[in-house]
Amino acid sequence: MKNRFGSVRENGFLYVFEHFVDFFKWPLVAILGAALICTPNFGFMTPANTRIVIMIILYAMLGMGLNVLIGYTGQVSLGHAGFYGIGAYVCALAMTKLGWPFWPSLLAAGLFAALVGLLLGLPTLRLSGTYLSIVTLGFCEIVQMILKQWESVTNGNYGIRNIPKPYLFGLKLDMKNGGLFYLALALCILTGLACLAIRNSKSGRAFMAIRDDELAATMMGIRTSRYKILAFVISAFITGIGGGIYCVIANSYIEPTSFVFNTSILILSVVIVGGLGTVRGMVFGSALLWLFPQVFRFLNEWRFVIYGVLLVLMMQFRPQGALGWQSTLPFRMSRAARKRLKERGLDAFIPGQGREA
Amino acid sequence: MAFLKVENITIRFGGLTAVDSVSFHVDQGEIVSLVGPNGAGKTTVFNMLTGVYQVTEGDMEFMGQKLLDKTPQEIVKLDISRTFQNLRLFPKLRVVENVLVGMHIHTHYNFFQGLFHTPAYRRQEAENIAKAVEILDSIGMGKHINDYAGSLPYGDQRKVEIARAMATDAKLLLLDEPAAGMNPAESETLLQFIRHLKSIGYTVLLIEHDMNVVMNVSDRIYVLDHGKLIAEGLPDEIANNQAVIDAYLGGEREKHAED
Ligand SMILES: Nc1ncnc2c1ncn2[C@@H]1O[C@H](COP(=O)(O)OP(=O)(O)OP(=O)(O)O)[C@@H](O)[C@H]1O
Ligand SMILES: [Mg+2]
Repeated sequence: MKNRFGSVRENGFLYVFEHFVDFFKWPLVAILGAALICTPNFGFMTPANTRIVIMIILYAMLGMGLNVLIGYTGQVSLGHAGFYGIGAYVCALAMTKLGWPFWPSLLAAGLFAALVGLLLGLPTLRLSGTYLSIVTLGFCEIVQMILKQWESVTNGNYGIRNIPKPYLFGLKLDMKNGGLFYLALALCILTGLACLAIRNSKSGRAFMAIRDDELAATMMGIRTSRYKILAFVISAFITGIGGGIYCVIANSYIEPTSFVFNTSILILSVVIVGGLGTVRGMVFGSALLWLFPQVFRFLNEWRFVIYGVLLVLMMQFRPQGALGWQSTLPFRMSRAARKRLKERGLDAFIPGQGREA
Repeated sequence: MAFLKVENITIRFGGLTAVDSVSFHVDQGEIVSLVGPNGAGKTTVFNMLTGVYQVTEGDMEFMGQKLLDKTPQEIVKLDISRTFQNLRLFPKLRVVENVLVGMHIHTHYNFFQGLFHTPAYRRQEAENIAKAVEILDSIGMGKHINDYAGSLPYGDQRKVEIARAMATDAKLLLLDEPAAGMNPAESETLLQFIRHLKSIGYTVLLIEHDMNVVMNVSDRIYVLDHGKLIAEGLPDEIANNQAVIDAYLGGEREKHAED
């Protein structure tokens, strides 16, 4: 069967699924929203499980940050644990040493990471692929070294202790009252919405054009260097904010070993397993990677072998990631755009209109 | 003043002089074709005009502006846009998004306006989408706006490339073998479309192997062989030019010798 708006199979599972979800969008959002609001009260939310759920949310957000760089712009980074660590330390230091409240500290974490992203982005502009991977990997190691060696500020291997809990309108956010869960959730949702907004704007399209064909992007007048740096900065900002969240959920203390190469790899895995270039994939990828070790705990060390095998199989048979499909829904047009098409007598091309029976 | 004026441009790749002291001009509203056997240097001329390659010697001027030493981004802003012989769409973007990328330089909202979907963003996006659909409809791709560019057959991808080039608001379109991969019916439609482009004010510099298209659509033709201009004139003159016939036959012979 041929859709009037392209060669999409209308009887395919994906088509039916996506159109179903799209049709019941608002009821589904309401149900999901209610479920999320109630989550801290669910029986399974023991302190240990609450921590895992928050980590899933946090890594979904970190995945979204890295996705701006890898998924949208096609630039690889193995150094995002560096931005993550910078965010965590800046936020923690602002709160403990400067006595700042949480919110400005969190913003500072994001902005400082973004600034470092800018400084790293500039000299690495001409690099891509393997070379960029190596440089970003080096960056992660440098951050690690600074966190360990600059003892007067970072307290070296001991890390930073007694990080206070955040307050919102005088209300303390902690694990017990679910405050930290809501904090992570709210920031993750905001990040997701921001990513979708960027994706549907001039900047996001410029990113994806660079990813798909850099020379053609250049020929369309896109200043590719600027946009690559912008992607670096946005990505670092989101990751830095993620670090800020981590410093308040992590048992009140942080240490350098939380921000090593393995952490970069975990963030990267979220993006690749979930589905490059998608926001939904980041949530799924994060959930999968955090739940897998829990569910298969009985396998002990063997679970990491299985984990590795799964990743390899994934790359071989579904390189676009678990949820990395191309949408079968029509291009989304605002009401204003539909109106303009109508004015120009192009009604036939408005998605959902003039469709053959 | 000529619209596009190219004087003695030369480029060398190592020992090979791919384009050797070539001069030509295009007047406003003309359709001018650049033809020649494989490897003659036609695509290289486009790459020189659009700033992909640095010209070794010579001079290029468009509407009174020097093109030498300009970046591709600056050149597209001077209203020259192109398509590619070996298809360079953004395959993972939809057809309509490809055309929207073409409007990049005329999309005047900044990153934060895009992030927060401000009224300025909404207005401009709505306008751009309507314009993109209009352009796509004019080239017969209206019903494919939702398709992913990479999933289209070659002929359709070429049309989207032309649409994307038009979206830059260029005055001069450089089309590199737009009929390649098209069946006779499709190239006939393309012929009509190139004429239509002329009628709505575009100037076209065309590289094409399909002689039916070239002879039917061109106001003037330049013939390139081994990087040198060997003939220029009206379609009739070129069709009967001995040097051109020799170049093409020679090219054919070399090709067969290679096989
Ligand atoms: N970047 C480059 N480096 C080295 N040689 C090049 C480069 N670009 C083009 N050439 C050479 O320049 C010559 C002209 O190539 P060009 O692509 O311009 O030919 P063309 O006329 O477009 O041929 P076709 O009809 O096959 O498209 C060829 O010999 C080609 O190998
Ligand atoms: Mg060529």
